Amino acid sequence: MLWLMIKRRLKRLPKLWRSQTLRRGIISIIGFFVIWELCARFKVPVLGAVPSPTEVALCLADQINEAYYWHSWGSSMVRILTGFVIAQILGVPLGLLLGFSRKAREIIFPLIELMRPVPPLAWVPVSVIFWPSAEMSMIFVTFLGAFFTVVLNIVEGIAAIDERYIRAASSLGASKSDIFWHVMLPASLPSVLVGMTVGMGITWCVVVAAEMIATNTGLGYLTWRGYVAGEFPMIVVGMLSIGLAGYISSGLIRRIGLMFTPWLESR
Amino acid sequence: MEIPSARPGEALPTNNPEPPAQSFPDNDPAPGRIEVESLYKSYETESGFREVIKDLSLSVTEGQVTAIMGPSGCGKSTLINLLAGYEKPNGGKISIDQKPVTGAGPDRLVVFQETALFPWLTTFENVAYGPKIRRELKGEKLDSVIMSLLRTVGLEDFRDKYPSQLSGGMQRRAELVRALVNRPKVMLLDEPFRGLDAMTRSLMRDYYLDLFERHKGTQVFVTSELDEGLLIADRLAIVTNRPGRIKKILDVALPRPRDESLRGSPEYLSLKAEALELLHEEALKSFKAGAVNSADFVGAYAAMG
Repeated sequence: MLWLMIKRRLKRLPKLWRSQTLRRGIISIIGFFVIWELCARFKVPVLGAVPSPTEVALCLADQINEAYYWHSWGSSMVRILTGFVIAQILGVPLGLLLGFSRKAREIIFPLIELMRPVPPLAWVPVSVIFWPSAEMSMIFVTFLGAFFTVVLNIVEGIAAIDERYIRAASSLGASKSDIFWHVMLPASLPSVLVGMTVGMGITWCVVVAAEMIATNTGLGYLTWRGYVAGEFPMIVVGMLSIGLAGYISSGLIRRIGLMFTPWLESR
Repeated sequence: MEIPSARPGEALPTNNPEPPAQSFPDNDPAPGRIEVESLYKSYETESGFREVIKDLSLSVTEGQVTAIMGPSGCGKSTLINLLAGYEKPNGGKISIDQKPVTGAGPDRLVVFQETALFPWLTTFENVAYGPKIRRELKGEKLDSVIMSLLRTVGLEDFRDKYPSQLSGGMQRRAELVRALVNRPKVMLLDEPFRGLDAMTRSLMRDYYLDLFERHKGTQVFVTSELDEGLLIADRLAIVTNRPGRIKKILDVALPRPRDESLRGSPEYLSLKAEALELLHEEALKSFKAGAVNSADFVGAYAAMG
């Protein structure tokens, strides 16, 4: 599916080149790499310490053939997916409950407000102690990263539902459960998706940091190992891979989200 | 059937093929009669206790359009919410055909300010929502009823579009149809054409008059445009400054079908002068009480000379 997407994009490239916005964007990116390369070649102070794009490209070409590199992708992805999915399974129903029941909101919300300001990264040490395995502790912090974002977005989404939709539905003869399924749910769906997209971004931040501290697998560890071993091009390869992985997972969520909210696309 | 005068801009009702006479509804239910007796409604707000409606009595006669006008903040929207059953009065009685109003229901349908079409449903699905949820109509029957209504308002080509893809005027027409398809005993319209430009607004009025003259239901129509009120209404109820009650009901005995040309007639002008005077009195009171929008009424009165 991804490949098809890229192919379709490539086909449109000559046409897109005519768009000034895109031309400028491409020029700026190429310019960036040229300046980077020059800085590295001529050992410009500070900037020159970063490995050059050619070194990085060579390193990346090596890595693509290494099973270990793909294993790092795999283990990070598994942690992300597990944490993220558990966060949705627990977060979506909790968000809906808090959104609809005032009583639940008054009991549970203060607790959430108390925990939420603690950045997920600050949970890493305590969860390493708390959970029996490093794997579990990393999945736990990943889960935390996505969980609060999803819950809060749903609660806010429900609070923002226009009263007129509910009134219109009840005038048309909808029962309470009809209103839940036909009004509240579709009306809060866009904010659920925003919560998921933002949550996915946070999840990647958290997993990378956790991998640097707590384990010896994954893209975060790959980057950290490059630093420890003094293989500087490896650090950049790790960074790029993490960026790409985050981009792909957010893009997938957006794409799947649009399938469920066709009315948002057709604006 | 006579069609209101033509205006440029959008497709006119005149251009639409006349739907077969019996296509909708099979038989319109008898229009309802609303009796409101010494209604009272107050709110406890942050700025204190506020009486919005006090001692308001009104008979909304069946099969007629009763327009409601008054200074801003006089409780017009609150009255609609009470009639619809969204809110409960603190005193007084509301009944429809002698049955007390206890909650919202499909016998009284509301057309809201701006629009309340569900953004996640297409035009067709929005219109079909009421009949479907009450399991009254389905399949081809539902389809043909809705399509004939959509044709009447020139939306048949937009059946599969989402509300965000429709213009403001189209959204209001879709909303009128969404209410009408349920064959309500009473339609409650709370400034339904607010926020539209003048041209679209008068076009919407023509569509509305056309629909009303076909289906003749009881209508309660809140408006802040005197010309709109006079052209639409059989009776014009003027509400006092807050706390609102009925100041006077004017009978608008102008011939139907109506169009813009009425606006020059002596009967129209004398009705307008009388209504303006009443509105002006209340607007001044409201102005003194601090409502900013009442300046509009003062301005309109001055322009009238």
